[in-house]
Amino acid sequence: MLELLTYPFMQRALLAAVLVGITAPAVGIYLVQRRQAIMGDGIGHVALTGVALGFLTGTNPVWTAVVVSALGAVLMELIRWYGKTRGDLALAMLFYGGMAGGVLLINLAPNGSNANLTTYLFGSITTVSRQDVVAISLLAGFVMLITLGLRRQLFAVCQDEEFARVTGLPVRTLNLLLAVTAAVTVTVAMRVVGLLLVSALMVVPVAAAQQATRGFAMTLALAVSIGVVVTLSGTVFSFYKNVPPGASIVVLAIGVFAVITALAAPLAKSRARRAAAAEERCTLRDDVLV
Amino acid sequence: MPEEPRPRTEESRVPDPSRAADPASGPDTGPDTESPRPEASAVRSDPVISLRGATASLGGRPVLRGVDLSVHRGEVVALLGANGSGKSTAVRSVVGQVPLSGGELTLFGTPGRRFRDWARIGYVPQRTTAASGVPATVREVVSAGRLARRRLAPPRKADRAAVQRALELVGMADRAKDPVGALSGGQHQRVLIARALAGEPELLIMDEPMAGVDLASQEVLAGTLREQVASGTTVLLVLHELGPLEPLIDRAVVLRDGCVVHDGPPPKAVGQHALPGHDHVHPHAAPDAEPIRTGLLT
Repeated sequence: MLELLTYPFMQRALLAAVLVGITAPAVGIYLVQRRQAIMGDGIGHVALTGVALGFLTGTNPVWTAVVVSALGAVLMELIRWYGKTRGDLALAMLFYGGMAGGVLLINLAPNGSNANLTTYLFGSITTVSRQDVVAISLLAGFVMLITLGLRRQLFAVCQDEEFARVTGLPVRTLNLLLAVTAAVTVTVAMRVVGLLLVSALMVVPVAAAQQATRGFAMTLALAVSIGVVVTLSGTVFSFYKNVPPGASIVVLAIGVFAVITALAAPLAKSRARRAAAAEERCTLRDDVLV
Repeated sequence: MPEEPRPRTEESRVPDPSRAADPASGPDTGPDTESPRPEASAVRSDPVISLRGATASLGGRPVLRGVDLSVHRGEVVALLGANGSGKSTAVRSVVGQVPLSGGELTLFGTPGRRFRDWARIGYVPQRTTAASGVPATVREVVSAGRLARRRLAPPRKADRAAVQRALELVGMADRAKDPVGALSGGQHQRVLIARALAGEPELLIMDEPMAGVDLASQEVLAGTLREQVASGTTVLLVLHELGPLEPLIDRAVVLRDGCVVHDGPPPKAVGQHALPGHDHVHPHAAPDAEPIRTGLLT
């Protein structure tokens, strides 16, 4: 088991996996709270254009993906503000455009082909380079600073936006910051989990954690723990079985969700029954009728 | 105006005899403060809220058509009216959530557009039944009310103490660790009020705080509000009917079709609400009210 730590590429992959396991659920919890779980998916599609742009211009795709997906995320946030009626259509356009743009640009790049994109779509443990690790660590540091440092403010904004505005919080700035942070997280995660499955790692650990928790802070802590456990074990599994890590990580995460749901459902049911019984017992009697 | 503005807690509160021994109810418990509540016109001190000729529309439909509304320091003003009369829009425009298309708004003497001192206002929005995606405990929700005071700084001892105090005021301290999703409508409303109180505001703005609230919670809310008012808090609240809050209300502003049709003492209750046996703790007729009503009619 420990011999895999002697491979430098595995050390890099495992470090990247831990960072992804922390950051993806830490951002995802706010998206789930705001019922925007699908946003990570959209950013993933847009990031593909950024990756292809990196190939085309000969720069590290992580950086071009950060820029392009951040622009896409800001655009989605602006659509959410202004486009109340046609918002879903505009978002769909952004999804398709991002995917199509990526495929188009990669084939325009010298010696580029769809094969280059595959490792970005589904993740890969052997291709995490030294520069990638530096970039991922810096970006993950930014994501943790925002999602953990501003958790009370972001919680207030995502829980009740109108109330947050009346308390004088800079709600628009915080929303844009959250969108950019989600975009950065997507690029942190794309090397390990892949762009098509990154959204799953933002949503599934949160969905699993909230089956068993009663509060936001506990949900955040449990979701991040689940995230780290599944990214690490999924990466190790991929090393032995030679499958894309994104797939094994997401299947594991869904497995954890299923187990927690199976364990928590009877617990929640009995709790609810006890609460209902306490409240519904009659305390009034109509003396007039007696 | 020869009369000097006085803080309302000194002379204007009708002391509640049941709270006379309660040190929390402030300086208005002395025997020489038994003087009746002055008319609204006597309270002419600095207006805390002033809306003048306010117009606003939602989705192209005019909802406010020239509303004048002023609330003075220490006053308790109820905004009444039927559904769709514009009362919710009026309070939401006061807190800057509905843009005015005309007229002017000042808050604490500052034009609404330039007002930044939001910590002075505690806002209780209309309760929605839509649950949030992620569970949150009662304490977590109430703590959000403290953000107006500390913005981006981490919470300190004083913040935690204020949250605990707010929870105790609404009688939800024992539920602090429960998820808000498991609460009844009335309990949820108490949490939203605690969230506003946690910021220790000078002005409370509440949108339909009694809607869908069970009897026990209505009584708790009326008691909480009484204590706030006794300590000098100014209150503007949207109500469907005066109900158990009636004794607290100094002035009522009634809206109809986006216009003010009454601004003065609370309208006299009519029908069964006016009956001597009706103590306004429950929106529906109490069983013992029935015989009295038949007696009056015959």
